[in-house]
Amino acid sequence: MSSIGTGYDLSASTFSPDGRVFQVEYAMKAVENSSTAIGIRCKDGVVFGVEKLVLSKLYEQGSNKRIFNIDRHVGMAVAGLLADARSLSEVAREEASNFRSNYGHNIPLKHLSERVAMYVHAYTLYSAVRPFGCSFILGSYDKDDGPQLYMVDPSGISYGYWGCAIGKAKQAAKTEIEKLQMKDMTCRELVKEVAKIIYIVHDEVKDKAFELELSWVGEVTNGKHELVPKDVREEAEKYAKDSLEEEDDSDEDNM
Amino acid sequence: MERKYMESQIKGVSTGTTILAVTFNGGVVIGSDSRASMGGNYVCSKTINKLIQVHDRIFCCIAGSLADAQAVTKMAKFQISLHSIQMDSPPLVKAAASILKELCYNNKEELQAGFITAGWDKKRGPQVYTVALGGMLLSMPFTIGGSGSTYIYGYTDAKYKPDMTKEECLQFATNALALAMGRDNVSGGVAHLVVITEEGVEHVVIPGDKLPKFHDE
Repeated sequence: MSSIGTGYDLSASTFSPDGRVFQVEYAMKAVENSSTAIGIRCKDGVVFGVEKLVLSKLYEQGSNKRIFNIDRHVGMAVAGLLADARSLSEVAREEASNFRSNYGHNIPLKHLSERVAMYVHAYTLYSAVRPFGCSFILGSYDKDDGPQLYMVDPSGISYGYWGCAIGKAKQAAKTEIEKLQMKDMTCRELVKEVAKIIYIVHDEVKDKAFELELSWVGEVTNGKHELVPKDVREEAEKYAKDSLEEEDDSDEDNM
Repeated sequence: MERKYMESQIKGVSTGTTILAVTFNGGVVIGSDSRASMGGNYVCSKTINKLIQVHDRIFCCIAGSLADAQAVTKMAKFQISLHSIQMDSPPLVKAAASILKELCYNNKEELQAGFITAGWDKKRGPQVYTVALGGMLLSMPFTIGGSGSTYIYGYTDAKYKPDMTKEECLQFATNALALAMGRDNVSGGVAHLVVITEEGVEHVVIPGDKLPKFHDE
């Protein structure tokens, strides 16, 4: 779906004759160049999985994390330009912190995602700035409202989801996610499925090594967003690698 | 005498007052007297309203400088209303109390007003919060405030029990107000009571001669 908007794509303050803002579309392309991140909401929490490509063996393990903590109860997984994403995570943190300071309780995720989306949208209005080149998935768990999952893209809209994927393999990941019955699953079961999906959509040919980042927030963590503990991680990765081998034996086509 | 007169000129009208809020099973009763005084010997108003509604199910009782209290509650009412529209749901009582607390704390040098915020919300049910002079916020099952409250600490500590019925709670609040108004010279007039529950808000006004009488009256 690539089209060149010659002449109408120089700044975000210009519409093309067919009603598109090309700068925003180019920003979304930047997201599509990045590796995949997925978030799935189940009946008692939210699980994030990110395929973090390791470009060099010299990198320290665990550097350039793509999952952030926004508030105790909110996590954010990103895809796209990492520097843009870091800046937006600070914006989200400030919003959550100001809300708590003014109103005395945790910020509801819908409100947070709307506020950050409004901020992202502001950068699509002027020629003096460029739109943010990242999409992100926000997830939280609250005792009364339950688990919530929202995704914000560079155009500045936010939608609520049961499962979503962003990045280069988002179509394939979405197909896999649709196969799951997430409304009936618990976080522990879901962690394994998320790891499996990341392993499935990872392209062995084009991208070599990758690190799997897994995090969750739900009843299992008492409402606190945190990286999945080591033993659960290892169990999930083992499950993912085993299912991949089974599928390799029985079915050659993975993507 | 002269110094006291000067003080009241500077301070203006104050609500030497008795205010209280008590939770019961399913709601909260808020009450106050209705006297506004200036300088300790002049009653500016015998029928002032100290129970301000800041949202559908949230009320504030005011104590201290009347001007300060009215200004703060007006600002708080606006902020709570805006917050509720942004969140697309009725505000939490805690959020309303926090808004008042921020106003009191950030302007503590200029203000001289204390509040009791009480109400009902879907998440935590009936709640009572006290916002003190400097901006302290505390949640409690019931609370009393104002100059008249000093005379009824013993009564309320002894007679309060959790999970009362609405009638028991109304009687408790009425008795407490009557006792305070009977001993505090800057509290008096009528007793205003408001009952807040999930279903709605009910005002009760008890004129001075219908208040419960105790042994020496």
